[in-house]
Amino acid sequence: MNSVAVVESPASVRQALQARISSMQSTRLDDDAFPLLPMMRGVLGRGLRRGTVYSLTGATSLALALVAAASQQGEWCGVLDVPDLGLEAAAGWGIDLDRLVWVSDPGERWMSTVGAMADVLGLVIVRPPTRVSASESSRLSARLRQARSTMLVLGDWPQSESEIRVVSSSWTGLGDGHGHLADRRLDVEVRQGQRSGAPRRSQLRIPAGTIL
Amino acid sequence: MSVSNSRVIVVWVPDWPIVAARRNLELTDDVPIALIDRGTVFACSSLARAAGVRRGLAVREAQLRCPELLVTPYDAQADARAFEHVVAMIEELVPGVRILRPGLCAIRARGPARFYGGEQQAAATIRQALSESVASVRIGIADSPFGAEQAALRTQESAAVRIIDPGTTQSFLAPLPISTLNDAALVPVLRRLGLHVLGDFAALDRTAVGVRFAEAGLRAHARASGTDRLSGAEHAPEADFGVDVAFEPALDRVDQIAFGVRAAAESMIERLAHAGLVCTALRVTVTSESGDRGERSWSHPHHFSAADVVDRVRWQLQGSGGAAAGPSAPVERIEIAPSRVDASTNHEAGLWGTSLDERVHHALARLSSLLGHGAVSTPSLGGGRFLAERRVLVPWGDETPKTQRALPWPGSIPPPAPATVFSAPRPAEVRGALGEPVDVDARGTTNTAPVWMAFDQAPPLTISAWAGPWPVHQRWWDADTRRSAARFQMIDSTGMAWLLILEDHTWAAEARYD
Repeated sequence: MNSVAVVESPASVRQALQARISSMQSTRLDDDAFPLLPMMRGVLGRGLRRGTVYSLTGATSLALALVAAASQQGEWCGVLDVPDLGLEAAAGWGIDLDRLVWVSDPGERWMSTVGAMADVLGLVIVRPPTRVSASESSRLSARLRQARSTMLVLGDWPQSESEIRVVSSSWTGLGDGHGHLADRRLDVEVRQGQRSGAPRRSQLRIPAGTIL
Repeated sequence: MSVSNSRVIVVWVPDWPIVAARRNLELTDDVPIALIDRGTVFACSSLARAAGVRRGLAVREAQLRCPELLVTPYDAQADARAFEHVVAMIEELVPGVRILRPGLCAIRARGPARFYGGEQQAAATIRQALSESVASVRIGIADSPFGAEQAALRTQESAAVRIIDPGTTQSFLAPLPISTLNDAALVPVLRRLGLHVLGDFAALDRTAVGVRFAEAGLRAHARASGTDRLSGAEHAPEADFGVDVAFEPALDRVDQIAFGVRAAAESMIERLAHAGLVCTALRVTVTSESGDRGERSWSHPHHFSAADVVDRVRWQLQGSGGAAAGPSAPVERIEIAPSRVDASTNHEAGLWGTSLDERVHHALARLSSLLGHGAVSTPSLGGGRFLAERRVLVPWGDETPKTQRALPWPGSIPPPAPATVFSAPRPAEVRGALGEPVDVDARGTTNTAPVWMAFDQAPPLTISAWAGPWPVHQRWWDADTRRSAARFQMIDSTGMAWLLILEDHTWAAEARYD
């Protein structure tokens, strides 16, 4: 009965404890977060927390906007299995393409690939595989916490600590047969952490000049 | 600075291009031969010259004068390559050889003259050493490279060495015709000015020549007055750092081959390190048992270690198949040659260990071997009118191609750029108020306003706002690759904005502004 506990080496126990301490601390320390673009502070407040999973629904642009400031400050970012991501929009938001790693088609090795990427890249934008088991997702969460890197999932993710949902989006500039897309307004719902209660709602305005 | 310091030995091999061509084509001396460059004779052998063939003659005219003439194109590369061998032989005797052109090289005379006990003896030693492989060698020694070259050109077969005494180079050059300068722009002008020999030109005031003829004139003046100096880099012997590994019997398993290559890769990197170099790009050639050769260049963001080299060989063998893939046929031989090297001083590791970038690099190299080459890439923006074309993915470890993004691309869409660009456009259907398909005529106008759209089998969405058509025309001059389309921006009833494209009366979504 006790044998299970004995098998674990002291090193792994220490590591697990350290991971737990750091995860508990991370909720309190403001500097343990990736920087955000000024316009995104209204949505996420303190910044993008390290070592967590954010699940985003409804807007790829939001993922790019969240990554941009960290990338500009020299953070390496990765894109896993998002073949349709618009590179020009990424560059337009200010993501440094020289420090962007693009991995396509991991196939069966999705989990090990995302783990290897999380070890060295600060921020990873991923499209989730069709099926993720709870045990796999919690293993990945532990690995993210340890590597202190953040995963932005374009879609649903079991046990994601924060959810960002675009409720509605509207555009200006486009008329009935004339004009072109210009400014955009997004209504965003954010649910941070495992807290229950109503999600925080905010409005995000993206002027046409933001994305070059 | 003493006079003797500027003494120069020039070694000249007469008719070098012919000697080199004979050697390349394995011809004997009794065939008259002419080398052709851009339709005229560039060089000809003495037999051909005796028959009246001259440099600058049209091919047809040369063949008329000497019907048995063998005509081959002039290959400057082969010419230079063959001369490398002669230079290597001179270098065994005296260091610091400068190649002026294939067939002609210059050496500072001071060192060899002191070592061999005089200029005459030094020249004799060089002649002696070369006589075995080159039929005829002429040597000139003077105060300036130009003077020494002219002295060498004015030797005879019987008196193959000509030494112009120190301080007399200018008087040796003075009576030579002005055309000796071999400057097509300057010589006719000088002739018109009444300067027919080098002495006349040398007598002019140097400042005045500089004012009138600028840099080229000053250079020519220095040559004419025997004051030009040896310049340019000394010839450095090329070391060959490449390795090749042969497998007997041929191997077909990637890990066996990688193991076999490791020692060679280590020795290559070590030899480079001894020479103070690191390799930043290399070329791997794989020869299979069936005789197929696969060649590929690999580059490295930092520099190759032995393990990196083995990785590249492994990737090349695996292709894009991932860890399980292997070569299509058993591999007989692998050659690895560094194609770009750099001084190792530019690549020293930081004092505080390896940087983060290097860690990223190692992790991605591992990932690349796991998923297969090409799965991990670095994106960059390219040029093009269609959005999917503007995305360029360069496999990790490959060289980034030059992009044409800076060119104007008419037909590109105004910002903001869409966040989702479909690699394969999504088929769509767009209809007007009466359910008729929306189309664009040759004049670029729509037949009706679009009212609703549908993707695949999804329920149709009402269009709340739209703009277009914006024409895109590409390569209209080429029937195979030309594309002509019209773009529309549309917002559906859910507030989602789309970039739709109408090509050949077929609708598709090119991008989504999500």
